[in-house]
Amino acid sequence: MTTLTQTNRGLVPLMVVQMKLFLREPVATFFTIAFAPLLLLLFGAIYGNEPQEVFGGRGSMDVTVPGYIGIVIVTVAMIGIPIQTATNRELGVLRRYRVTPLRPLTYLIADVAAYFLMTLTGTVLLIVVGAVAFGTRPVGSIPAVLAGFTISALSFFALGYLLASLAPTARVAQTVGMVLAYPMMFLSGASLPLELLPPGLRHVTDFIPLTYVVKLLRGLWFDAPWASLRLDVIVLSAILIIATALSARFFRWQ
Amino acid sequence: MPVAVVSVVGLRKTYGSTVAVDGVSFEVGAGEVFGIVGPNGAGKTTTVECLEGLRVPDEGVVRVLGLDPQRQGDALRERMGAQLQESALPARIRVGEAMALFASFYSRPLPHGALLDELGLTDRDRVAWGALSGGQRQRLAIALALVGDPDLIFFDELTSGLDPQARHATWDLVRGVRDRGKTIVLTTHFMEEAERLCDRVMIIDQGRVVALDAPANLVRSLGAEQRVTFTVETADDDILAALRALATVTRVERSGDAIIVHGEPDRSLAPILEVLNGAGVAFHDLHTEQASLEDVFLALTGRQIRDAPP
Repeated sequence: MTTLTQTNRGLVPLMVVQMKLFLREPVATFFTIAFAPLLLLLFGAIYGNEPQEVFGGRGSMDVTVPGYIGIVIVTVAMIGIPIQTATNRELGVLRRYRVTPLRPLTYLIADVAAYFLMTLTGTVLLIVVGAVAFGTRPVGSIPAVLAGFTISALSFFALGYLLASLAPTARVAQTVGMVLAYPMMFLSGASLPLELLPPGLRHVTDFIPLTYVVKLLRGLWFDAPWASLRLDVIVLSAILIIATALSARFFRWQ
Repeated sequence: MPVAVVSVVGLRKTYGSTVAVDGVSFEVGAGEVFGIVGPNGAGKTTTVECLEGLRVPDEGVVRVLGLDPQRQGDALRERMGAQLQESALPARIRVGEAMALFASFYSRPLPHGALLDELGLTDRDRVAWGALSGGQRQRLAIALALVGDPDLIFFDELTSGLDPQARHATWDLVRGVRDRGKTIVLTTHFMEEAERLCDRVMIIDQGRVVALDAPANLVRSLGAEQRVTFTVETADDDILAALRALATVTRVERSGDAIIVHGEPDRSLAPILEVLNGAGVAFHDLHTEQASLEDVFLALTGRQIRDAPP
């Protein structure tokens, strides 16, 4: 019991502070919370949401909303987390925490929880904008979509912390994060539905981790049974486990 | 003999082929202000970071509050406070938020509002760390080091980069911390700072201890002379002769109106004043100059502390 209290001490206050700090960074806030809904409004205005044969009778926005959730996740995971974590290390913020009774694990849990809630906020806003503007709604159950969102977000967060662990400086973390994130957005079906990619390019998508997020979320959004999404769940779980193990090995506090 | 708050025996730490700390041993008693002084790169910060548990010693035994910083770090961190050299807070965290956050890490934190008040930061409560002046940042660093109500506090180069006024204000704050009965271990490359704040100082150079004693003892050990300087309206040779005749005086110089008397530290001033008063000589601008820790460092290493290699 004592151990539990000690481990938890500082957890919620740190989580709240991390979220406040996140919201005070205008660029991070914009890309996490406002970017995907704005993109949705823009392309919805261009393409509308009429049923289309290429999407199996669904509208363009119907398939875009679950894909854009992937954009929110990858933005936070590959850009937000690596930059912020590496910056805090570079400035000595992490060192300062290390000489307090705050446990390292508590720091990471609070950090992950803060990013998770910010990502969830961006996702909910995206879904609400889609529903209000274009009448898009999940066909599948909300808990299933939420479960798919959770495993997707956590496995990509683990990649973000791994990048922060391996990058020597915040600058490198930022560059590598962007170089990884932007092609992923376009080659995974996140920003551009996979159906619209030329067939030659579709083979590439199998090697893009974000593809499995998009497939999982789109599947759950349209009520596909979990059994049909087994591969996506397995790949994302493997990423989560391996990236977490590697981060634990390589994470540096100073 | 009081129980040692810090006990270090044979501490050694290398980075690659560079030996940062080379067999350092010392003890710090309860309630003591202990200074680790030396030029940049002497091994001060490495020593302190081994005590704080931030670095793992290559050799030696380190006990802080009776605990092993590596194996009992959690228990130690509950009872120590630290200000780190070159450690920032997130630029956008506000003073009040930082205090509340750090307070939440400890089992028995001090009321942080009162602490901010004491350190003169109450009106900065809603100001972001990035917008604070250097002196305010150091005051917040002191407050954050105190908020857990620790028994032992580390200050690492607390006043580096501060202007003289902020430095003197910070010294007063450190004295305030000492007066709360806390044990303090501080590092500095300002000899004057060590002299003014510390009960004992350990001078280290190139990773080795070159001296460890109370500042006054270190200065006295030099056997340095005290200089008493004053100016007189009219000084006749009889006065000079009378001064030269004093048992504690070794030499008397005259330079224009100014007279400089060299003699034994502490014991020269009273006889000099007796001579002057006895002869009815009006004097002014009298001041004494003593050897300082700077002179001690120079004598022990053959170098000025400022010229020491980084």
